[in-house]
Amino acid sequence: MLGTTITLAFRAIMRHKLRSFLTTLGIIIGVAAVVTMVTLGNGATAAVREQISSLGANILQLRPGQGFGRGGGGPRPPNFKPQDVTAIENQLTGVRAVAPQAQTSATAIYEGSNWSTTVNGTTAAFFEAQQWKLDSGRLFMPEEEEAGKAVCIIGNTVRQNLFRNIDPVGKQFRIKGVSCQVIGVLTTRGQGGFQDQDDTVVMPIKFVQRRFTGDRDISMILVAVDDAYETSAVQASLEQLMRERRKIKEGDQDNFNVFDTKQISDTLTGTTTILTQIVAAVAAISLLVGGIGIMNIMLVSVTERTREIGIRLAIGAVASEVLMQFLVEAIVLSCLGGLIGLFLALIASIAIAPLMQVPFIFDVRVNLIAFLFSAAIGVVFGYFPARRAAALNPIDALRHE
Amino acid sequence: MPTDPIISLRGVTKVYGSGPTAFQALKGVDLDIARGDFVAVMGPSGSGKSTTMNILGCLDVPSAGSFLFKGHHVETLDRDQRALLRRKYLGFVFQGFNLLSRTTALENVELPLLYRGEDRKTRQEQGMAALDKVGLKPWWDHTPAELSGGQQQRVAIARAIVTQPDVLLADEPTGNLDSERSVEIMELLTDLNKNSGITVLMVTHEPEMAAFARTIVTFKDGLVEGIRKGEGN
Repeated sequence: MLGTTITLAFRAIMRHKLRSFLTTLGIIIGVAAVVTMVTLGNGATAAVREQISSLGANILQLRPGQGFGRGGGGPRPPNFKPQDVTAIENQLTGVRAVAPQAQTSATAIYEGSNWSTTVNGTTAAFFEAQQWKLDSGRLFMPEEEEAGKAVCIIGNTVRQNLFRNIDPVGKQFRIKGVSCQVIGVLTTRGQGGFQDQDDTVVMPIKFVQRRFTGDRDISMILVAVDDAYETSAVQASLEQLMRERRKIKEGDQDNFNVFDTKQISDTLTGTTTILTQIVAAVAAISLLVGGIGIMNIMLVSVTERTREIGIRLAIGAVASEVLMQFLVEAIVLSCLGGLIGLFLALIASIAIAPLMQVPFIFDVRVNLIAFLFSAAIGVVFGYFPARRAAALNPIDALRHE
Repeated sequence: MPTDPIISLRGVTKVYGSGPTAFQALKGVDLDIARGDFVAVMGPSGSGKSTTMNILGCLDVPSAGSFLFKGHHVETLDRDQRALLRRKYLGFVFQGFNLLSRTTALENVELPLLYRGEDRKTRQEQGMAALDKVGLKPWWDHTPAELSGGQQQRVAIARAIVTQPDVLLADEPTGNLDSERSVEIMELLTDLNKNSGITVLMVTHEPEMAAFARTIVTFKDGLVEGIRKGEGN
């Protein structure tokens, strides 16, 4: 019987192709919008996760201060000292590499070109911690680090803006009035988090401290956690060690903070996920509107086909069969709309994803849910008109003009 | 001559509305219709003949009185039970043909079989056979808009007889047709009555059409005024 009902529904739909299409247009647009939004949103989330992971996995960033948005007043908490780095190296287990960082901004000049960039004073351990590779040249020698020699490794953005097509390795350029030799070029990393990771000049930390910052302060320490250890456990012992070293009393707040890159990644992907959900919710409203559209047309259709319903009832259709006929018609319509919508979403996502520079990820679950949802809309919004059709009196229905 | 009554009305009344605006359409109708008869129901409008036909067609129930159809008390059946009764034993032909538009003749004829749950092959065979009976086999794939009035009424008759009903109810079947087509339809109904053993109940206000019937029942003011023999045999 259900097969027959579906046959009837298809006949009725095909009898009015244009109207059927217009009826289901709301569903088509709604499903297409929701699925496209979610697909692109998932792509964006994946892209963000990819970018963050390029910051380095399992890295703890140790900074002075209480972290974002806390401890506004009071004296500025002290920076770290070289001894802190040594202490972390010697006293903490599960640490793969420890790299101090002292940053300053500077303008680099080479012949006619100049470029504003960030100078990153650190050690060779930095490259190991971040797992940064070189395109050409070499890392700092231990004696260069020790002596704080004027050598540097530059990122690709700096290379392009300063040296253009010239191979920079071995060339001298001026930075903050000091001459510096390029010994290596970093492999391109791309956008990471909020900044261009290739816009940097990496120099021995001792050079940066002596010539630029004028003290022995370290503004950040990178601690790379060994894969065999739990990041959270290492983070806890790092915090404990720093509390001891910075002589923080029991119950007092830390005057430093440890940031887990994984945490940042989770936070940011969480944000994009929420954004995706909001946009999808807005798009879902159009699905609802589409459902009301179906109900509207089905009600018109019931009125228009009153005589047909009368004929069916006279011939011997029971009320539930008429109800099923109209209900199935609504469901078939909304399912067809759902399928067309999914197809459009597929095309739109494949077309738009490259423009947004996010990967196209086909999510079976999202497509399935959207389809089932469109079917459910058919049930919900088809029921009322169908019940109205089934309740018609055959005599009145037959007399209806 | 058939004598066994297939339909039996006793003291049937029908009241529309209630209170001071109530209208009594039937005031106690007694009527027996023999199996295999061809009955023409006549009477001026408002005489209760349409109401009677609705009740006989199990589309409506009497306000009081009893309606025996093949021994079943129809007045006690609910809506769906009456629908099943129609599906099984009754065929309908209407003045306005009442075919589904944009639907081929065959699909129209198949419709009652669909509700009987027949499979596609049976539907097609029986549908074509019914169309053949009314002489429209070559027109099976035409929609109502592509058929003349007479042809449409033949399709409607094919739809009514495709389930081989016991009773065919025709409500002014020639009302929308010219006299030539009307005679053709009446000849078709006569043939079905004679050769297929279908009891035919027909409402008409044209004496020429009523003449085809074997029995003519006349209504007046909600009562049966008279029953006489027609010219059909």
